Amino acid sequence: MAMTEQEILAGLAEIVNEETGLDAESVQLDKSFTDDLDIDSLSMMTIVVNAEDRFGVRIPDEEVKNLATVGDAVSYIAANQDA
Amino acid sequence: MSTSKRVVVTGLGATTPVGGTAPETWSAILAGRSGARPMTFDWVEEYSLPVTFAATIHTEPGEVLSKVEIRRNDPNGQYALIAAREAWADAGSPEVDPERLAGVIGTGIGGVWTLLTQWDTLKESRSTRRVFPLSVPMLMPNSATAAVSLDLGARAGAHTAVSACASGAESIGLGMEMIKSGRADIVVCGGTEAAVHPICFAGFTQMQALSTRNDEPERASRPYDTGRDGFVMGEGAAVLVLESEEHARARGAKVYAEIASVGMSADAHHIAAPEPEGAGASRAMVEAVQRAGLSASDIVHINAHATSTPVGDIAENNAIRRAFGDATDGMCVSSTKSMTGHLLGAAGALETILTVMAVKERTAPATINVDDLDPEINLDVVRKEHRTLPGGDIAALNNSFGFGGHNVALVIKSL
Repeated sequence: MAMTEQEILAGLAEIVNEETGLDAESVQLDKSFTDDLDIDSLSMMTIVVNAEDRFGVRIPDEEVKNLATVGDAVSYIAANQDA
Repeated sequence: MSTSKRVVVTGLGATTPVGGTAPETWSAILAGRSGARPMTFDWVEEYSLPVTFAATIHTEPGEVLSKVEIRRNDPNGQYALIAAREAWADAGSPEVDPERLAGVIGTGIGGVWTLLTQWDTLKESRSTRRVFPLSVPMLMPNSATAAVSLDLGARAGAHTAVSACASGAESIGLGMEMIKSGRADIVVCGGTEAAVHPICFAGFTQMQALSTRNDEPERASRPYDTGRDGFVMGEGAAVLVLESEEHARARGAKVYAEIASVGMSADAHHIAAPEPEGAGASRAMVEAVQRAGLSASDIVHINAHATSTPVGDIAENNAIRRAFGDATDGMCVSSTKSMTGHLLGAAGALETILTVMAVKERTAPATINVDDLDPEINLDVVRKEHRTLPGGDIAALNNSFGFGGHNVALVIKSL
């Protein structure tokens, strides 16, 4: 069964917290990974791989640069999960 | 160079097999407590290790560092960060121009855990995407120095001595010289090692370097005793804050002792065995004493390298005699590895801290487990009880030697 966007956001927030120590609450749909959350490209790699495992999606490297905000990532995952 | 600056110790930090801090470690040493204990890791049985004990870390880094700091640093870097922060706080977190502050943390082996766990990940997943993106910066030997200089904002330089079991002492020597030559006012220096990994046990066992006294771990490290059969693997980190005396005095810092000089040499004899006559090692000792402007009779105490190997302890004994002749009789000798085990690249730094404390507290710690002194040892070994060192101006020597023929001797003077 597909996850709701709310469930995906909560899961993604946990992954971000695990990797960076940021409060899960600070991970909101409108936040930019780089400008707002200060997540560098190395941390982003780990977050992407962990998100793939957790949500059963494949996020190709060339797609990662299009995921500027948390909302972009949540939408991408929602659209591609269990594909 | 009589014009060069005096270098003093203003901060100490350590996380070792016998304590989570430098004061805890010194207390344990005075109490004669061993840090050797049976290993409970699955891999001990899985690989049928011939050695089932080690002097493992007393306080898990997870109790001190954040979750993210643990994830982003190999244990090698974690231990260094813990010891460096303690030393820095102990020095009073001094105000200093970042461009006058340096870091020098040595290691013998580096991030072996990261290297091998990430290699396992790659082999099992067959996917490069599974490999942690920080793998390389975590496994490189300068990782700990980089982490410490980043943490403290040290911009005068970040250096890494890699000379096996002399790395910690060499780092302190390099740090001292940075201050003497005017490159920095403060240097945070020391050594770190986190090599309690099956590959290291396998390698050292194949060299027959480790004690196999599995039934009595606490009695296994027994330098100078006739029953010694190898060293006990240890891990941890030790860091000192070195400072030019004028900088330290100007800010009213507490000072422990002076790092007066370093002597260094290389054997060019054998990749692992010490040169039996001790020519190279004795040259390092003589050079250190000369550079301190002292004579052999000024040295009252030696914290020896003495790892508890049958060959190594004798070779160092001969090197000391060769360096100092009859003046050796006036030096009482301790091997604190009898309690801490051998911290490899951190050993020389930990033993510098213990030598600094010995000079400051006028107490040479007793070497434990010397039940039957090897007749080939003709040194005044401190055993059974501590030795009170004389009052007035005193000086002590800390010896460290490493595979590859590295010899480092540091002179520590009272203030």
